[in-house]
Amino acid sequence: MKIKRIEKRRDVSIRFCGDSGDGMQLTGTKFADETALAGNDLSTFPDFPAEIRAPAGTLAGVSGFQIHFASERVHTPADYPDVIVAFNPAAVRANVGDLRPGAMLIINSDAFNKKAWQRAGYTEDPIPDLRERFELVEIPLTALNREALVGLDLTQRAIDRCKNFFALGLLSWLYGRPMESTERWLGNKFEGDVLEANTRTLRSGWAFGETTELFPVSYQVPAAKIEGGSYRNITGNTALAWGIIAARVLMDRQVFLGAYPITPATDVLHEVARHRNFDIKTFQAEDEMAAVSSAIGASFAGNLGVTVSSGPGIMLKQEAIGLAIMVELPLVVIDVQRAGPSTGSPTKTEQGDLLLALFGRSSESPMPILAPSSAGDCFDTMIEAFRLAVKYMTPVMVLSDSYLANSSEPWKIPDIETLQRSPIRFAKREDFGEEGFMPYVRDPETLARPWAIPGEPELEHRLGGLTKEPVTGNVVYDPDNHAAMLKLRADKIAGIVADIPNIEVDGPTSGDLLVVGWGSTNGAITAAVDEAREDGLSVSRIHIRHMNPLPSNLQDVLSHFKHILLPELNGGQLSMILRSLFLLDIQPLNKVAGQPFRIAEIRSAIDEILREVN
Amino acid sequence: MAASASPLTRKDFVSTQDVRWCPGCGDYSVLANVQRVMPEFVEKRENVVFISGIGCSSRFPYYMNTYGFHTIHGRAPSFATGIKASNPDLSVWVVTGDGDGLSIGGNHLLHTIRRNLDLQILLFNNKIYGLTKGQYSPTSDEGTRTKSSPHGSIDHPIDPISFALGSGATFVARTIDVDATHMQQTLRRAHAHKGTAFVEILQNCPVFNDGVWEDVQDRKTRPDNSISLVHGEPLVFGTPGNLKGIVMNDGNPQVVDLTDDEDPLAKGIVVHDEFLESTAYAFALATLCRPDFPLPVGVLRQVEKTCYEDELEAQIQDSIDTKGPGSLEKLLHSGDTWQVPG
Repeated sequence: MKIKRIEKRRDVSIRFCGDSGDGMQLTGTKFADETALAGNDLSTFPDFPAEIRAPAGTLAGVSGFQIHFASERVHTPADYPDVIVAFNPAAVRANVGDLRPGAMLIINSDAFNKKAWQRAGYTEDPIPDLRERFELVEIPLTALNREALVGLDLTQRAIDRCKNFFALGLLSWLYGRPMESTERWLGNKFEGDVLEANTRTLRSGWAFGETTELFPVSYQVPAAKIEGGSYRNITGNTALAWGIIAARVLMDRQVFLGAYPITPATDVLHEVARHRNFDIKTFQAEDEMAAVSSAIGASFAGNLGVTVSSGPGIMLKQEAIGLAIMVELPLVVIDVQRAGPSTGSPTKTEQGDLLLALFGRSSESPMPILAPSSAGDCFDTMIEAFRLAVKYMTPVMVLSDSYLANSSEPWKIPDIETLQRSPIRFAKREDFGEEGFMPYVRDPETLARPWAIPGEPELEHRLGGLTKEPVTGNVVYDPDNHAAMLKLRADKIAGIVADIPNIEVDGPTSGDLLVVGWGSTNGAITAAVDEAREDGLSVSRIHIRHMNPLPSNLQDVLSHFKHILLPELNGGQLSMILRSLFLLDIQPLNKVAGQPFRIAEIRSAIDEILREVN
Repeated sequence: MAASASPLTRKDFVSTQDVRWCPGCGDYSVLANVQRVMPEFVEKRENVVFISGIGCSSRFPYYMNTYGFHTIHGRAPSFATGIKASNPDLSVWVVTGDGDGLSIGGNHLLHTIRRNLDLQILLFNNKIYGLTKGQYSPTSDEGTRTKSSPHGSIDHPIDPISFALGSGATFVARTIDVDATHMQQTLRRAHAHKGTAFVEILQNCPVFNDGVWEDVQDRKTRPDNSISLVHGEPLVFGTPGNLKGIVMNDGNPQVVDLTDDEDPLAKGIVVHDEFLESTAYAFALATLCRPDFPLPVGVLRQVEKTCYEDELEAQIQDSIDTKGPGSLEKLLHSGDTWQVPG
């Protein structure tokens, strides 16, 4: 065997793509796990169609998984992949537009027969053209996988299904990824011939890389310098689920999760449902209205009620959320936003529900809104959401999105001891004087009313959506009372501003340009701003996590910059809010393509503004 | 059940709120009867929760001095589900109407019934929308003329009892607002049942649908127009001199005349059985319509099935027994993790 050259790389981005049934998400996830264990910082972006199995070989069925890893901090999955691994012609056709000329394109050459490239919409054999434009590596994946698995008692179909692990083995060799975690995973997941087949083809892929003439060079991406501690990979949806579980532990109160399946939020229900041993109740309701209503009922009974959905489902829940605002019960509502409106593109990302969260209920019905900025931040945001919901007796909305939901990043596992424990105290008869319990007396500081739960003697009371008078909660129709109660509830939510951190500016606190972001765009904005600074530009940056109420120093921070750029994955919703609140000329940068921002898109907006200034 | 066990009386369940239903509304009678039987059911008022949706009937919780929640249109069963699943020790009562329960709330009613949580659902059926001032409801008879159906309703009505049976209800009963004794007896049976007890209460709306149940409410006409279901008793109705019974003819119910001294069993009159596993008989009863048949009143069906909240608790216990109580530390460190030197 020839000794092959090893080249060092600072960062690499790889996209695996193939048919929805080719196992691209699994291949990518396993490669990401190996990469994390190799000590790199990383960011992933799964991009898959809404159809479970679109017709094989068609563009509609192409599923992709991009991973960006480096020996330094990584903020996004990278604008463009350095390498594309494509399992069929459709995958090439759907993805090759993102590949720079001369970059590496690895294909399963067995999948490039005439019928297949025609099905993908090519009118002539694409191979000659691809050879010209890229560093095309043609590997007969199907045949090599079959050879590796000769003698196993499996159907041809079952054998062919293993070929993604041949590719995983090959790529693991190419980038020096340790495969122990993948082999361990296979051992836990499969047994018998299926285990043998996957393990054997994985190792064959590695060995093929070592011996083939096709790859004269392999690459090394040294471990990144990151803060010490215990790490794991985590997706936003898992972090949301674990945040719910953490709240159950930290508040020492049972959780009730009412949910109805909807992409891309369902994984949160799946993950929480697995952990019944935390004494957590999950309820798959008959629809979105029942899901939220049951969660509010659970809160009425003294549990931590939570519901999770996506935009179309949140629409259906809004009526019940309005009731929770009116009766002032704690509730956490998670909106894993997707690209809409209506059914829209269920697996694609967007930040289109901000105004829905702020104003999408009847009348004046404010509620706190939080937006996590990364997969890991989803965990902390959930704990914060429950804290606010209970302390202020209010529903709280958490705005995640499809990108955060499915993409993963290394996450420093928090020290449990440092997480804030906030046990709940329910109302008792002795808290009240001779006049007895009153359901609508308020804590003078938080303006929250007491949480009095059924089963507790002498606190019997009736809640309802009708306008009530203060203190007694009796139904009244007096107009002044209506206005006063509405203002009281609004003041309560606005007052939360004293309980949330101020905005911190990344960079100088005054200057020509401030880039304002919220939610999942944090990575792309950070990378673009960092790039601009490396090029000598002066750019500052803030990221808003508390969307309502907004941090108290926000107006002051904004006022110190000549230009404010606000990139968001919608038509300009936060721009509209900040403009109207502060009468500032915010410059929106909007994208509604179902895809996250590319760094370059934000960077060019930065450059354009600074060019005008200078 | 004797009332002596409880230290509570009817008055303990009367709230301070002024009752604001229209004069003559059937809801007054339901409220009074519920408040009367409550002391038989619980020793502690704080363990009782009344949940309602929207409509005239849904004001009910405000008048009960228990825990109560007046929620949103149609969703009361879902709120009740969350409450009962969260705290199975509570006595949970859902109060709804034909509009609230069977129009906007039909889906929730269906699924709550099939899950068989141990709670009581009282559906007040006056065959009209009262609170929105008189539109036809899903139980309104065809041809009902209202402001929204000036030419007569062309909807085919739904029968609440058939709906409940079709949803897999383990307890289905019907009673009448003006018959205090029968209603109290039915409420006792509903409360004693372990599982979702569905009770349709025929109720008069004196303003928008006055007299819709008159033939079965009026003491004089009731015997000829209704049949009182008693387990183990033959399906006989009418008054002496004009007795009738129900026989099954090739699976179809049929009314036959009886003389006063005739043995109904000898004549083949069907003997009422609440406990049949098959719903076929209960469905046959539910389809009996006036004027050709009497309206069945009483418990149509009672069977046993597991309750959702019990199974949920059992799964949690089972999970704790097999995996041990959840540890956040262990969860966060589960699967592949790695150490970065600090």
